[in-house]
Amino acid sequence: MIVSRPERVMNYVVLLVFAAFALAPILVILTTALAPSTTSPGGLATFASAWTQGRFGHYLSVSALVAVVVVTTATLCSILAGYALGTMTFRGSGIVFSLFLLGLMIPTEAIVVPLFYDLRGLGLTNTLWAVAFPQIAQSIAFGAYWMRAYFRAAPRALIEAATLDGASPRRVLWSILVPIGRPAVTTLVLLTFMWTWNEFLIPLVMSPNGAFRTAPLALALFKGQHVEATGLLAAGAVLVALPVVVLYLFLQRHFIRGMIEGAVRE
Amino acid sequence: MRHPRHLPYLYLAPGLVIFAAFVLYPLARSAQFSLYAWDGLGASTWVGLANYADLLADPVLRAAFGHAFVLIGFFSLVPLALGLALAAILTHGRVRGLGMFRTVVFLPQVIAMVVVAVAWRQIYAPDGTLNTALRAIGLDNLAIPWLGDYTWTLPAVGVVGTWVQLGLVTVLLMAGMAKLPKEMYEAARIDGAGPVREFFAMTAPNVRAEMAVALTLTIIAALKTFDLVYVTTGGGPGNSTTVPAYEVYTRAFREGAVGSAAAIAVTLAILIFGINLIVNKLVDRPAG
Repeated sequence: MIVSRPERVMNYVVLLVFAAFALAPILVILTTALAPSTTSPGGLATFASAWTQGRFGHYLSVSALVAVVVVTTATLCSILAGYALGTMTFRGSGIVFSLFLLGLMIPTEAIVVPLFYDLRGLGLTNTLWAVAFPQIAQSIAFGAYWMRAYFRAAPRALIEAATLDGASPRRVLWSILVPIGRPAVTTLVLLTFMWTWNEFLIPLVMSPNGAFRTAPLALALFKGQHVEATGLLAAGAVLVALPVVVLYLFLQRHFIRGMIEGAVRE
Repeated sequence: MRHPRHLPYLYLAPGLVIFAAFVLYPLARSAQFSLYAWDGLGASTWVGLANYADLLADPVLRAAFGHAFVLIGFFSLVPLALGLALAAILTHGRVRGLGMFRTVVFLPQVIAMVVVAVAWRQIYAPDGTLNTALRAIGLDNLAIPWLGDYTWTLPAVGVVGTWVQLGLVTVLLMAGMAKLPKEMYEAARIDGAGPVREFFAMTAPNVRAEMAVALTLTIIAALKTFDLVYVTTGGGPGNSTTVPAYEVYTRAFREGAVGSAAAIAVTLAILIFGINLIVNKLVDRPAG
């Protein structure tokens, strides 16, 4: 392809401007965290005091617990449901699939009000279940849709051959399809982890007394108590963002593929 | 695959039961709640569609939906225009470091919105990064409190949305443009078409599907904005940056207007569903 020299220089300038725009806020928060101030020692010591004084160590462990529960349960249920929808014929499969698609479109705002009042009536607010299960349910909507697409694309001949050799549907799933489908499952796990880790509204509403306060919530409430402690606040923000960002930098193909392909409806 | 007739239902059951109990059932309950006046504690009164009538009558709610539409401009239209130009440059500009750029520009998508909000609050603070920079170049009279101004706070929040969504839109469009045949462009260049004409004649019409997906995702993100407003402005100053999702939260959990909150929530869900339907209809039509 022929591209003139001035055009290429122009292209590089445009790219640099937009890369700078994307990185600037991230650099602002990093420098704020690392710079010494009246309320924070600066450098890595600021992170240490955010971890202990700001109790971010505690809130991050709550986040980790919620994430592990949501990711394992949702992934398992998604694989099972996607397997049925993708490889088996049965009455009602179309309706079930439509319901999952509907679930993909339903915003959290549309379910969070009755979730709170109904679970409060059952005495379940301020428990792990109230914070985890709504997120598991939302992740299953995406996961069933995502895994169904993978199972539909899996080679039929392989399934037929295994069945002829006497493998049960359970064996076909766990010994053949899931091992081959590791990339699809990895993408699902990563996206579910990201959504759960970054979620704000559900933990805010479902645990009003703060018993299950996740790290993003702690960060939002931290501002109220420490107006001047911008260094600690910035360090807390970096700590909250770090796990997902590190995973993204190593496995960005999965993140980008999942978010792009998962968005393109059939 | 051959299997006993009951087997698919066994595989479906765990996921479907959780999904039905924690998404479908609450959605139906939201619709039910929206027909009552309830303070969250005492008895509830049937009011029919009065909560929905309020969406049009209540100036705060009208403003909230108005703000959401302003945010759509910042979350969807601006990123789409910029993303088209960026993706076109990246796909055909023969530049190096594409992978690197893609990684950087997509990064805002994976950072928790609360963290994003904290970062931008630092930028917009009265003595924050932006005003320091403005004063440094002698534009002192432009250094306003960006998150405390009746005129400028909503656009300031909108710019954060632009920052978050730009990478997603660009990467989506790049994926679409990568599928277009190289020969088509070679031929156009030999015929003497410049980059601008090439873009409007060939690139843009061929990524309609990706544009539609980008618009759907970003419009929905704009309509669902909550964390960003909660952390940066709390709907203020006054009601100048309140949005529907923020009204759902304050009415349901602070002001004891649960029915009204549910009506806003149901309206949001219907809006989002409608946008999905419309965009899918537009894309399903064969190009031409």
